[in-house]
Amino acid sequence: MRESSFDFSTTLGSAWFPAPVFTASGCASSGRELSQFFPLDEIGAVVTKSVMLKERLGRPTPRMAETPSGMLNSIGLQGPGIDAFLAKDVPWLVENKARVIVSIAGETVDEYGVLARRLRSVPGISAVEVNISCPNVDNRGLVFACDPESAKAVVESVRRTLAGDLPIIVKLSPDVTNIASIARVVVDAGADALALINTLLGMVINTDTMFPHLGGKTGGLSGPAIRPVAVRAIFQVHEALPKVPILGMGGVRTGRDAFEMILAGASGVSVGTASFGNPTALIDVQNELKQLLISKGFNSVQEAVGFAHRPSKANP
Amino acid sequence: MSSINRHSQQVVATILSNKRVGQYHQILINVGEIVKHCKPGNFVAIKVGGDHSSLILRRAFAISRVSDRGEYGGTMELIVAPHGSGSRWLCTQEVGSSLDLVAPLGTPFGIPTEPVQALLIGGGYGSAPLFGLAEVLKARGCRVDMILGASTVAKIYAPIEGKRSVNSLKIYTEDGSTGEMGKVTDPLPSLISEGAVDVIYSCGPMGMLQAISGITSNTDVVHQCAVEESMACGVGICMTCVLPVRKSDGSIAMLRSCIDGPVMDGSSVAWELVGKNAMTP
Repeated sequence: MRESSFDFSTTLGSAWFPAPVFTASGCASSGRELSQFFPLDEIGAVVTKSVMLKERLGRPTPRMAETPSGMLNSIGLQGPGIDAFLAKDVPWLVENKARVIVSIAGETVDEYGVLARRLRSVPGISAVEVNISCPNVDNRGLVFACDPESAKAVVESVRRTLAGDLPIIVKLSPDVTNIASIARVVVDAGADALALINTLLGMVINTDTMFPHLGGKTGGLSGPAIRPVAVRAIFQVHEALPKVPILGMGGVRTGRDAFEMILAGASGVSVGTASFGNPTALIDVQNELKQLLISKGFNSVQEAVGFAHRPSKANP
Repeated sequence: MSSINRHSQQVVATILSNKRVGQYHQILINVGEIVKHCKPGNFVAIKVGGDHSSLILRRAFAISRVSDRGEYGGTMELIVAPHGSGSRWLCTQEVGSSLDLVAPLGTPFGIPTEPVQALLIGGGYGSAPLFGLAEVLKARGCRVDMILGASTVAKIYAPIEGKRSVNSLKIYTEDGSTGEMGKVTDPLPSLISEGAVDVIYSCGPMGMLQAISGITSNTDVVHQCAVEESMACGVGICMTCVLPVRKSDGSIAMLRSCIDGPVMDGSSVAWELVGKNAMTP
């Protein structure tokens, strides 16, 4: 397989991307910060930090605790609110030729609908990520992705508003007993694609102060520590819903890790926490992934999606 | 291209020397061209632990000083306290080993265009970036006085060559093991009322920065402080290192100490809200 004829593009719903590597929501702010280190148009797309209706200050510090091969974060959806975001951040990304997936988070079902309406006519957006799984909210009952009925209501609200304008990617939580059943509910409600996985809820206790270390007490665990959980979730959901595109994420640090997620069933891969340790991680992952796919004999990304699900010779 | 992180680059650099100085390590790194853009108050984010480490986050260190002369070209000096797993790893790195670093990062100290009376206050190894700052201020014609403090003598960082770049140096220790017994803030009220200070530049523990801000509030003295808040990325994408800062309309913004800092206007930081809950814009 020659590099020149290799097809590195991918699709999520009706959105096409020239490369299958994306930022992860909440791990690239709104894109500007990383643009000093690589041109944003070289990656698949920038997935922006989940934006809410109103400006939000987020949780108190400390917001971070490093853990073995991972970290806890407790940001609490700090952000400028949809008005400032659409006025400043999206135009800047479009001007800099980045493809943009806007991630939205609401406190209520209605808020998701309102946010979706605000995005409908904005030029330059490739898709909408509906984040129903942020663990850093005060009311665990508001983690819509942990409850099938709430998840369904949110996705229906966004679907109704967006009609067929923009593909909807719904981001799910791994903190559920059966992620495939939640995935089925949101796909039935109108999701075009799924983002798997959000962080896992965790806690670190400071053994000097003998209190929880984070200002928000609990936080979301990310980084290589959670990668096997992500691979498992992607594998299970792809097995249950083989036609639904998956944006895979959770601890991807190398091209090998991204390849693993594609084999499990991901059509694209997001790099999140790895960018904290290496601002050019996205480019490294992308280059390594391309070489790996070519060296394994694939002609395209698409050929490798879910390849780990093929019948084995030993157990047909 | 955005102005955020302008001039910062990721480079592989070589350690030229690594010496123990009191309780700290003085580490000299050959970083090349990027020193041209490094200013006092900037910091560097260094990958620690090697390729197969379970430490996944960079560590931020204040740049103590840089030089673009000498046989090695651009060099950067860090003063590192081996307190955590990352800084301990860095302190064990031998001469000749490579470091993956990103620099320069952050908002540096503001340098006055007119000569002023500057007072530089350092707590512990927070003094490290102040000596490079002192040289810049002296070159601008400023009078530069320095006060350093720590709990005990071994935690004072005051290199002999650094003392040459200041007009006066006073040291305070809490146990009286060197200099005067007391805190760096003890002489401040009288220095300010005498009109001996126009601008305070400070670097050290947050408690010290807050105390100085308390003393300078309701005075004409400008307080530029280099804050310290734990960071996951150092480049502005993780949102973990935020501090509550009061905007001109009185409302609060949570600003990143990596982008909007580390040097901040001490009078705008809402110190009483650091680490507090239930804030609304």
